[in-house]
Parts: sequence; C-alpha cells; structure tokens
Amino acid sequence: MKPTEQQMKEMLRTMLTIRGFEQTACALYMDNWESGNFLGALHSYEGQEAVATGACACLRDDDYVFSTHRGHGHFIAKGGDVKAMFAELLGKEAGCSRGRGGSMHMFDPEKGLMGGNGIVGGGIPLALGPAFAANYRGTDQVTVSFFGEGASSQGVFHESLNLAALWDLPLIFVCENNRYAVGTPVSQGISVPNVSVRAAGYGCPGVTVDGDDPVAVYEAVSEAVAHARAGNGPSLVEAVTHRYSTHCMVMQEGREQSELDEMNEHDPIPRFEQYLQENGIISADEVQALKGEVSQLIEEAVAFGEDAPFPDPATVADGLWVS
Amino acid sequence: MANMREVVLTRALNEALHEEFKRDDNVFLVGEEVGGVFGVTRGLDRRFGDKRVRCTPISEAAFTGLAVGAAVAGLRPIVEIMYLDFVTVCWDQIANQAAKLRYMSGGILKMPLVIRGQQGNLSREAAQHSQQIEGWCAQVPGLKVVMPATVEDAKGLLKSSIREDNPVIFVEHRGLYGLKGPMPRGEYTTPLGVAKVQREGSDITVVATSVAVQKSLGAAEKLAGQISVEVVDPRTLVPLDTETILASVRKTGRLLVVHDAPVRLGFGAEVVRAVTEEAFDALQAAPRVVGGANLPMPYSSVLEDACIPSEDDITQAIKQVVES
Repeated sequence: MKPTEQQMKEMLRTMLTIRGFEQTACALYMDNWESGNFLGALHSYEGQEAVATGACACLRDDDYVFSTHRGHGHFIAKGGDVKAMFAELLGKEAGCSRGRGGSMHMFDPEKGLMGGNGIVGGGIPLALGPAFAANYRGTDQVTVSFFGEGASSQGVFHESLNLAALWDLPLIFVCENNRYAVGTPVSQGISVPNVSVRAAGYGCPGVTVDGDDPVAVYEAVSEAVAHARAGNGPSLVEAVTHRYSTHCMVMQEGREQSELDEMNEHDPIPRFEQYLQENGIISADEVQALKGEVSQLIEEAVAFGEDAPFPDPATVADGLWVS
Repeated sequence: MANMREVVLTRALNEALHEEFKRDDNVFLVGEEVGGVFGVTRGLDRRFGDKRVRCTPISEAAFTGLAVGAAVAGLRPIVEIMYLDFVTVCWDQIANQAAKLRYMSGGILKMPLVIRGQQGNLSREAAQHSQQIEGWCAQVPGLKVVMPATVEDAKGLLKSSIREDNPVIFVEHRGLYGLKGPMPRGEYTTPLGVAKVQREGSDITVVATSVAVQKSLGAAEKLAGQISVEVVDPRTLVPLDTETILASVRKTGRLLVVHDAPVRLGFGAEVVRAVTEEAFDALQAAPRVVGGANLPMPYSSVLEDACIPSEDDITQAIKQVVES
C-alpha cells in the first residue's frame, strides 16, 4: 500500500522534526558537556529518519511501539511530545519520564510508546507482550519492535521471532540496519547477507527495503501490519539505512571520510523533498513553510525544557511501586 | 479449629491459582509444561483453557519478556520458571526490564507480574538445579520478593502477589511442597510486607525464611523447656517488615538468622545490619547467621547435606548464642 499525498506531507514534517530535534539535542548536549554537565548517553537518529517515519505512519494511536537506545525518531514519529522530550533530556520534572529515564527511556503509553531500552535486544521480547494481549482480548492492535542489526545477533531476537511465529502474534519486527553495531561493521557481525533472511528460519515473511526511502518503508510495513491485523502473525522488515553520527555523543570511531561523504548522497530528507516536488505533491514554498514551522516548534520545545524545573530530590522514590 | 483443614502446600498454591484465575480474566500463566511437573498448576488448563494457560517453548527470555510486556499492556501475567535457577537465562527481562520499566517511565507504567517457581535442594540435582535466588532478586530495586514457609501463607501470599500491581518474585521451595498443614477454609489473602511470629518465645529471636522456618520450628520444639525460642518469618524479603523483627529482638535480646542461601552477603547479613543499627542496645549477645555454604551445590547426598543448615545445626547455633 502507498501512503496518500496528505500522509506524505506529514511524513516530511516528521522527518524534518526528527532531524531538527537531533541537531538541536546534539548542540545542547555539547553545550552542556563544555560546561561540565554530562547528559548521559545520547544516540542520534540523524540519517535514519525515513525508517521511523515510514513505519509509524502505518500505525494507529492504539498500536504499540517498543524502541531502542536510538529511539528519539520513533518517539517523534509515533506522536510523542517534543517539549516533553527536551525536558527529559535535561532531567526535568516535566520530562516524558519525569527525569527518571533520560534519552534512552522515553515513554508515552497513551500514544503506544512503551519506551526505549538500554539493553541491545532487550526490548524485543517485551514487544511480544502487547501483541499477545491483542490476541488475548481479540482486538486488532499491532505492535512494532524496532531494533538494530546488531540486536539480531542476540538470542532474544531468535527466541522472540520463534514464539511470535508459533503463536501468530500481531507483531512487526523492524530491523534498522544502519550497518554498525556500536562500531562493529555489519560484515563482522552477521553471518548472512541480509537480516531479513533470518525470518525464513521461523516461517514468517522477511523483506529488505531501502531504509532511506520513507515510501518504501511505508509500503513494506503497511503490508506487514495488514498481515498482522488479519491474524496471520509476525513479519520481519529490514530497512537498510545510514547512521550519520558516531554510536553516541563524544564517542570516537574510525569511519573513513569517503564513507561519510557517501552517506550524504543517501540523505533521506532532500531526496524525499525532491520526490514530493517532482510528483507535484508539495511546492517549494510549502517546503519552506514547513521548515519554518518545524524550526519554531523545536525552538519553543527547547525553551520549555530549559525553563522547566528539576524534580524535587525529596520525590526520588516516587514511581518505584504502585502503592 | 473448625474453620481450618489440613492440606499439602502444593494444594494451597493450586487453590490460590484457581481462585485468582476465576476472579480475574486478565490473569494468565505462561511457562514450560505448565500443568505438569510439580502439580502446583494442576487442572488450570482443563478448567480455563489453553488461551490462559500457555505452554511455551524452552525460551525463558522470550516468554518472561512477553509477560513483562503483557503486564504493561494491562494483563496480569504469572510466569512459571520450572526451576528458579533458570532465571539466569531471562535475567535481563527480570532485572533490567520488569524491575525498572515503571520507575524509568516516571511511574506511568504498571507492572502487575508474578514470576514464580521452585528452588532448593533435597532432590540431589547438583549445582544448576539447587540454587537459592532470593538474594539475587532482593538486590534489584523494584522487585518484591516473597517466600512462603507454611501452607496457610502459601495460599494467602500467592493470592496477594497476583493482585499486586508491582513485580513479585514468588519463591517456593520444593522441600516444602509435601508439607501438610492447616489452611483456613474459603478465600483469604495474606498481605505482603508483614512478618509473622510463627512461634512465640522469650530467650532468642530466630529469623528464618522458607524451608528454614520449618527447620527452626523443629529446633525450637527440641529446645522447649530449656530455651524459649521465638521464630520470626519475614514472609516477604522485599519489602521487609523490620519492625516486627526489631520488636522481637528488643524482647529476647538475642538474634540468629537462618536461611539455606549462601551465607556470604546474604539476607542474614542484611537482618544483622538492620538490627545492629536500630537495636544494638537491646542485644545481649553477638548476633549470628547460619546459612548455606559458599559453594556450588555438590551432587552426592552426603556432600549436599553438608552445604545446607540442618535442624541440628540450628539447634547448636541457638545454644551457642544463648550461652555465649
């Protein structure tokens, strides 16, 4: 299934918002770093915007998403609040996790956002749960589990794919193959040419798509969603994409300049803009207007986060247990 | 006692499951070969169907993760780990996910989850089937740790654990499965976080957990007439009812802690810490801990027996503390 023109315009807005968020968050991170304030581990989603955007455009508010350590894009694409994200990054009470989670642990269950994860692959088995619950209750909700190609070498990936296929769970495994597991290139980490072929071992569909093209991601994921909603069980969609930055902030790695230059050619945002304009879906003026709106949103959200108060240390134990 | 009846402990656990399954459609059970093995889950599959009693592949990490995810989606899962030793293969899902998701979400998510199973020794199954996991779990903030020692508490505590909105590790001991004891008729629950004085006494407080409660009661009976032993059973390690323990020590002036888990850095050390910090002046003798050996459990029966405190070991330790 193809996205509608209206959906595609919204998809561009989402991609611009993710890009704007990440660039601003990285600048904010470095400003804090320079003044001795360490904002934990920040894993930028820059370069991978098309994956979260294309996949989440196929979902309803009541569908679930389980994210990763590199999860800001998923949060924005599934409708999370950018203000609450900046507040969370800065450790504020108004943050989406009240300053208890940080960059890797952003939650908004009202939007089906069930959190990122600090453990590579740790969120994959969790995603079985709401998928199981949908079957248990007889609803047609689906769950998406995002993970990287590195996580596909974790045991839980294989256990979860087997169980999901065995029990026909309405689950879409979206593998973001950004070609590096921290700093280990995919050629040194995976025994098969594509992660998607691993689906065959569990008797479910597996497909590899261009993860820098939000329309290609949408087409593959929407098919997997329809398959799952119809009660036919899980699918694996591998989106091959590019991670622009290092694994996380202030981490050095030895990628060649030629490789970094090549990545710019894959930048999903100008490519999608061009596609939309060439097909008469959006005008250059509209793109400019959209960029202005996104810049304003980001600016206001950062200001909100910076102005928000820190949590009261006396409340540190709040939220551990339901009393 | 007209309102009580004699049953074995597995029957008490089984009744708790049947009653809670009937009470709440959101309750379901996942695990390997559930319905069989030890009889705790007997009859659930026939009565409630395979939708609610799910036999899984041997994939502890996947089905424990499924349960954690189902809990945050509003169901009320019970995970059976066939031998609690096997939490090692799903430890990430327990320690990093179940224990932390609610807190990391700023208190938005709820985690109504029970992970239960049996542990212990006596069946001579060597080091990978004879461990005590309660200390591992009690070290992870976010988990509640429940350990019944009597038939009555087994049922009441399991029912409370299933109704609890926080993750509970419910630790059964296979050496207690055949224990016969009185159980109240009808439905009842036993609150988490409340210790029980299983036997009153005035000379020494013995704080014991799980099967060690029964061994300590045996030792207390043996010493009756010479030493008056009070046996305090915390019933839940987390949260711990230190008030009841402190009140008992203030009364008796002496403390012995007994458990089967390795003594090093164990629950006993934690109780001694709490008592020496809060009631040092009440102590008339140095407190002691009798626990399991700091060794992988050996196979041979004579070696296994040497690694776990016996009733005689407890009797001797009580005498030593009282006579010191």
